Amino acid sequence: MTVVANAFGEALRLLISFDAELMSIVALSLQVSLGALLIAAVIGLPFGAALALYEFPGRRSITVFLNALMGLPPVVVGLFVYLALSRAGPFGFLELLFTPTAMVIAQTILITPIIAALTRQLVEDLWREYGEQLRSLGSGAGRAIPTLLWDARYALVTVLLAGLGRAMAEVGAVMIVGGNIAGFTRVMTTSIALETSKGNLSLALGLGIVLMLLALIVNAAAHLVRETATRQLG
Amino acid sequence: MSTLNSILPLRLEHVSYAVRGRTLIDAIGTTFQAGARTIILGPNGAGKSLLLRLCHGLLTPTDGRVVWGGPFAKEARKRQAMVFQRPVMLRRTAAANIDYALALRGFSGNDRKTRLSEALRNTGLSELANQPARVLSGGEQQRLALARAWSLEPEVLFLDEPTANLDPAASRAVERIIGAIHASGTKIIMTTHDLGQARRLADEVLFLHGGRLVERSPAETFFEKPRTDTADAFMRGELYW
Repeated sequence: MTVVANAFGEALRLLISFDAELMSIVALSLQVSLGALLIAAVIGLPFGAALALYEFPGRRSITVFLNALMGLPPVVVGLFVYLALSRAGPFGFLELLFTPTAMVIAQTILITPIIAALTRQLVEDLWREYGEQLRSLGSGAGRAIPTLLWDARYALVTVLLAGLGRAMAEVGAVMIVGGNIAGFTRVMTTSIALETSKGNLSLALGLGIVLMLLALIVNAAAHLVRETATRQLG
Repeated sequence: MSTLNSILPLRLEHVSYAVRGRTLIDAIGTTFQAGARTIILGPNGAGKSLLLRLCHGLLTPTDGRVVWGGPFAKEARKRQAMVFQRPVMLRRTAAANIDYALALRGFSGNDRKTRLSEALRNTGLSELANQPARVLSGGEQQRLALARAWSLEPEVLFLDEPTANLDPAASRAVERIIGAIHASGTKIIMTTHDLGQARRLADEVLFLHGGRLVERSPAETFFEKPRTDTADAFMRGELYW
């Protein structure tokens, strides 16, 4: 029990004191995960929509494969990115291993399938509702992609949050490709793992509380946006 | 509308449509000419909506052909529009919904602006122009759907039970707009199972039953003395299957 009580004390102390190290860790966590989210959205949203709208041989196999990729183990993604970026790997010359960029790459690979797969489902459902009308107006599948993505925008916020949540919560991939270097590639989850292994349970738990608080704030904000918008626009 | 630059007549040649071996439209052959308001009547499941979708090109016949026979047949796709039973509105304002359709058809500049404001005015929606389309009432949404179709000035307008979900007042408003669209020179091809509405709107009637074209008559003939027993039974409300 004392561990838990101390943890809340620790979390409070970290937050109130604006602990410089904590702030830099939080900032890097957000930077890496939001960066990954941005790239994943730019790739995943149109890809998911196209998969829903274009009919071509092999579409179902790709869909199944994509859905399976949602369950990619972060450690495995980390390992692949590590191999690709390591000195002997094909992209070793970029010297990105153990940098925040490598962490962004790993998280992007992790969450792009999530965003694409959920988008595909959403857009497919929407197309069932809109399809005849849009085709009647003269819209083909290509033109319908931006239309449907825009009309699904509130639901897509939830999809993006799912991606962001997954990115911010994972530890395996960033640990492997980032290396958890203090002040450089250390993020919330890797510090929690580190403090736990060092036996600093209250500090670890305190960091955990801060992380959950962060997730709560992001989600509450998105929820508010969505609520107001749906109330106004139907 | 002059027939010289027309996409009409629309010819159905032995058109059939089957799903998993079940024939839903059975070898329908007929021709739609410019001018008259054509009402497609029939009980539920007769194939009225399917027939409209085949004509409009949303479905492809499993047998037979749908042929636009006019000299401008190549432009047929761009010169027809359809209004559905349940209006589909995008999550944007009423005006933006019309503007979207105009943009898709390639209208731009002042022409597009004029068409937009005229369509809103002609359907009594000017005041609702900046309301989100999806919060409009069912009747208003259907009027918006008509405005959207009208703004394109189609040569042929298909309407699939446009008043099926509306109360009598909203239905009358929709009927009035359909009349005005017709008066502006657009060929009307519309399905309904509402006999009163058919009487009010029809110049000619196509009666469908079980996927077949049972009867085609001028409106007066059809409503006074249908030529077939099936149509007669339908009018008396005694056609059960």
